[in-house]
Amino acid sequence: MSLAPMTVAIEPAAAEQKPRTGGLTRWGGPALGLLLPLTLAVGWELAVRAGWSDGRLVPPPSVIYATFAELAEAGELQRHALATLARVLAGFGIGVVAGTVFGAITGYSAMVRRLLDPSLQALRAIPSIAWVPLFILWLGIFEASKVTLIAVGVFFPVYLGVMGAVMSVDRKIVEVGRVFRLSGAQMVRRILLPAVLPSYVIALRSGLGLGWMFVVAAEFMGASEGLGFLLVDGQQLGKPAQIVAAIVAFAVIGKTTDWIVVGLTAPLLRWEDRARIGGA
Amino acid sequence: MLSLDHVGKTYPNGVRALEGVTLSVGPGEILAIVGGSGCGKSTLLRAVSGLDTPSQGRIMLDGQKVEQPHEKIGIIFQEPRLLPWLTVADNVGFGLEGRPKDERKARVADALARVGLSEKANVWPRELSGGQAQRVAIARALVPRPEVLLLDEPFSALDAFTRTDLQDHLLDLWADLKPTLILVTHDVDEAIVLADRIMVMQPMPGRLFEEIADDLPRPRDRQSAAFDFVKRRVLAALDRSLAQGRPEGRDPAASNADTGAAMWW
Repeated sequence: MSLAPMTVAIEPAAAEQKPRTGGLTRWGGPALGLLLPLTLAVGWELAVRAGWSDGRLVPPPSVIYATFAELAEAGELQRHALATLARVLAGFGIGVVAGTVFGAITGYSAMVRRLLDPSLQALRAIPSIAWVPLFILWLGIFEASKVTLIAVGVFFPVYLGVMGAVMSVDRKIVEVGRVFRLSGAQMVRRILLPAVLPSYVIALRSGLGLGWMFVVAAEFMGASEGLGFLLVDGQQLGKPAQIVAAIVAFAVIGKTTDWIVVGLTAPLLRWEDRARIGGA
Repeated sequence: MLSLDHVGKTYPNGVRALEGVTLSVGPGEILAIVGGSGCGKSTLLRAVSGLDTPSQGRIMLDGQKVEQPHEKIGIIFQEPRLLPWLTVADNVGFGLEGRPKDERKARVADALARVGLSEKANVWPRELSGGQAQRVAIARALVPRPEVLLLDEPFSALDAFTRTDLQDHLLDLWADLKPTLILVTHDVDEAIVLADRIMVMQPMPGRLFEEIADDLPRPRDRQSAAFDFVKRRVLAALDRSLAQGRPEGRDPAASNADTGAAMWW
């Protein structure tokens, strides 16, 4: 029943804890995420070295790294990565522009929405890979059909995101714009655009993610260069290390482009009142 | 001079929210509109603001018909409605775009000083308390120097202390610029503290019921007997306005008006 000693016991502990959690969120947080993959990688490496597995179908990290270095040295890795990146960027650009324009118009006008949205939703329901034969017939087997497929993949999440965001702009905020007698263009610039920006960034990121998905499909349908080509090539020539190296390259470049989108838009979104769940 | 001439509003679904409202408000006058829910008081205010157009009658400001938001008419809503992506200063200066930068800066700084939030100029709206945010909204509405300022239950979402504080504050601001104020509220005390004239409205369809002059000397003492007297009159009028809206011969308790105890809201 003595409260005083209890408080005394708690306080130093609490004081001690504070800097520790600060250190954890800054360094420990990211490190924590690396723990699992590093353990698995090191474990597998040791298992192969110890001779428990020959590591032929699942190459150990050292072999993957060697393949990576070999490809990079020959300039192959850069050539393939650049080809893929160029396709993604071209498709992403086209998909984003089209998705933004259509999404904004359908979100803004109920009339246009009734006219266009059902057809677009029907098109969205088609598995995009199903377009491949048609695109090849129409656009040939070279870049045009690949970029188009990626653009289709990027279009839908951006379209949906923008339409939803424009439709859900708060009437109360729009009324503030009306009270200050903004013209249509001013309303778009000063109210609607900033209001949809947070959802737009999310739409861009999911569009970009799908772009990276679709570039693989596009390169599977016949390419002489690109990371997708490295995958197919690795399969046909039985080089699993090359496949994993290409996958790692996908992960690194895909994540980097996502970071770039987040990084470029972050200064525009500092005003957001986010919960920041989990402390980071 | 703001005048309303037989203003009515029928919504597309057939609800008659407002009918035959005729009144005029002089320059610098403070008019409070009170009434039970659904009496059309917010509809009336939105019509005057130009956000909604009345289906009958017309609203004139200085001989000009008001059909859409007007530069001389400002409005403060129940919620602050600050733009979250603009800093406090940019929110206050929202209506000044197109003016020279120096003038804008000076007027924003002046308005923020008036509402006592100069040190918050560069913070985001999310960092403000409810009362501070509403003060920013007041500053934003006052910066373009409106002739008429409409207030739609502006303090109803705030706690009692903040509310009284802001009521006094609003009177100080009014004394500087002397705009016409039209205040919609369901807080009878608030109406009496602020207004020169109190208009009681009656629901279904919304219309004016009774006008009560409020000529208590300012500053007004919320505890005085005279204040209480006006309050009883307003409450009694509110009770009667609701009693008449009901089918006849029902609810005799509501006609027992002098207690002011009926649940008029």
